[in-house]
Amino acid sequence: MKPSTEMIFSFYRGMVEIREFELKAREIFRSGKMPGFIHVYIGEEAIATGICAQLKKDDYVASTHRGHGHALAKGVSARAVMAELMGAVGGCSGGRGGTMHLYDPSVGFLGSNGVVPPGILIAAGAALSAQVRRSGQVAVAFFGDGAVNNGAFHEGLNLAATWNLPVVFVCENNLYATEMPFEQATKNTNVASRAAAYKIPGVQVDGNDVLDVYEKAGEAIARARKGEGPTLLECLTYRWYGHHEGDPGTSYRTKEEIARWKANDPVQRLRDYAIRESLVSPEDFKKIDRDVERVIQDCAEFAIASPQPDISTALDHVFSN
Amino acid sequence: MGVTKTTTEAEVKQTTGDQRIISYAEAGVEALREEMRRNPKIFYMGQGIGPRGGNFQQSRGLWKEFGESRVRDTPIAERGQTGLGIGAALAGSHPVVDIVFLDFVLEAICEIIQQASTIHYISDGTIKVPVVVRAAGGGVRSTGPHHSHTFYSFFMHIPGLKVALPSAPFDVKGLLKTALREENPVVFIEHKGLYNTTGHVPEEEYLIPFGKAVIRRPGEHVTLVALSLMVNKAMQAAARLEKEGISVEVIDPRTLAPFDKDTILASVAKTGRLVILDEAYAACGVSAEIAAIVASEGLFELDAPIHRICCLPAPHAFSPSLDNYLIPSVDRVVSEIGAMFEKKL
Repeated sequence: MKPSTEMIFSFYRGMVEIREFELKAREIFRSGKMPGFIHVYIGEEAIATGICAQLKKDDYVASTHRGHGHALAKGVSARAVMAELMGAVGGCSGGRGGTMHLYDPSVGFLGSNGVVPPGILIAAGAALSAQVRRSGQVAVAFFGDGAVNNGAFHEGLNLAATWNLPVVFVCENNLYATEMPFEQATKNTNVASRAAAYKIPGVQVDGNDVLDVYEKAGEAIARARKGEGPTLLECLTYRWYGHHEGDPGTSYRTKEEIARWKANDPVQRLRDYAIRESLVSPEDFKKIDRDVERVIQDCAEFAIASPQPDISTALDHVFSN
Repeated sequence: MGVTKTTTEAEVKQTTGDQRIISYAEAGVEALREEMRRNPKIFYMGQGIGPRGGNFQQSRGLWKEFGESRVRDTPIAERGQTGLGIGAALAGSHPVVDIVFLDFVLEAICEIIQQASTIHYISDGTIKVPVVVRAAGGGVRSTGPHHSHTFYSFFMHIPGLKVALPSAPFDVKGLLKTALREENPVVFIEHKGLYNTTGHVPEEEYLIPFGKAVIRRPGEHVTLVALSLMVNKAMQAAARLEKEGISVEVIDPRTLAPFDKDTILASVAKTGRLVILDEAYAACGVSAEIAAIVASEGLFELDAPIHRICCLPAPHAFSPSLDNYLIPSVDRVVSEIGAMFEKKL
């Protein structure tokens, strides 16, 4: 697939926005102003960007604890996500949810999640709703390699396959579930091969190549939309930093391994490719960089200025009505 | 569709003279059928609820009328089916997930508590979770420790969940119809031993609001709060105690969340005594919560210590002699209430 200039710009901007967002979130976290703890997506930006570029606004996404990138890629505003990380009223969940409970139904974002595998079930359930309603919508579940050894993975994939649900299961295999190396967590480290157990397609994807992600996501999503059922995509990738901020991620991973994956940077790969193919000029990228920097600075200022919810609202929304 | 109104059983009898008698299972089927006809967002899934009509005939005829898309059998995957139900609710459907045996809700409880109960709150009210989780509990015919439990106290413990516990066909229908118009997750707990019981269910449409207890039998000397099938045992015990000169007021809360404490407090203010009859265990149970409410808000109305009659603290046994001893019996209720009045019954 030869991407258009517009696609290159769009992918580049999407990935850089996620990266700069996460770098800013780390900075605020380290300043001590941010409550809780965060799991950043740096190194994995190509996956959310490439998958969500194939989705429509009313398609659904269910995500994980490492979900900022998914939210941004699906169209949740950067201001609303950063403010949510601050527990502030300007957040997409009004400050009640935080980093692991980002929601925005207006763009089909059905939550990041504090529990590892339930997003698989939520996305399959949203797909079930779409099937029953005959709405033509598709759902995507993002999850890590840590989710695939859990029972919810099996129950979700089995039900989705059995009922031909319009859902795409996107495993972001970054080789470690917290500090547990994947090869210590399972005998079969080829996640895509597990699709055979459900008689659905299982496809390995270069998760650091946004063009590969985009192409394979397109096939899986088209298949789902045609009513042909789910696909399991295994996107091979790596998180540059620890499991969460505060975990240096170096006690269980070698410096060499980290350096090797940093050299496989999805943002740099797209830049190199586009310049090599003379699709865009370095100056074009710089313009996007400057623009993103402004957006992220604005979202940080907005988030820091946004007030904490008033305690008089603490019991609001326990129930609807 | 008839006029929808909220009413009591007594009112319906007065206004319509209708005395149609159907079973507890049929009442649930009627509620589902009426609401599924009314609202295309409702669909129903569970183990054996399709063509077979459910282990307890609790879905009889629905598959035939609504088809396999809206009435679908699931494999044995309680967590999966519940998680999918919740996901479908987030996407605008109104699913009913039938766990069948309440014991197996433990397989799905993480999804109900960690996801369903929290999402409306943590999404700042932007997302609704209208899912009904249906299951039947209770010890019946010696089904042993994996098919006999009455697990509902922990749902009452959790903010964001509504919990219904109907004891009569009339209540099954009225409460299930309400559950199917709720915007919140509802845990709807029936009792296996009640499915074949019968009672008055009017043809006229009605809804029963959550959070309204009903006084099953008025009395003067002691308030007996009973849950689910224990309401029937309470009524039998009350009839026997009446002959001994003890007038028992039997209250059925009907829903655990919201919980109607006012009806209980008003009754205790009248009788001065409180007994709670629950098939579940006493420790940290619904009976403990009711006792705490009355101790906090009605202590000075009490003339005697609060007394609880619950399942004895052991796993359900298979042997009928043991299990019938563990689960509160009518004899035990009569004897223990009699003892409060220094009568050996």
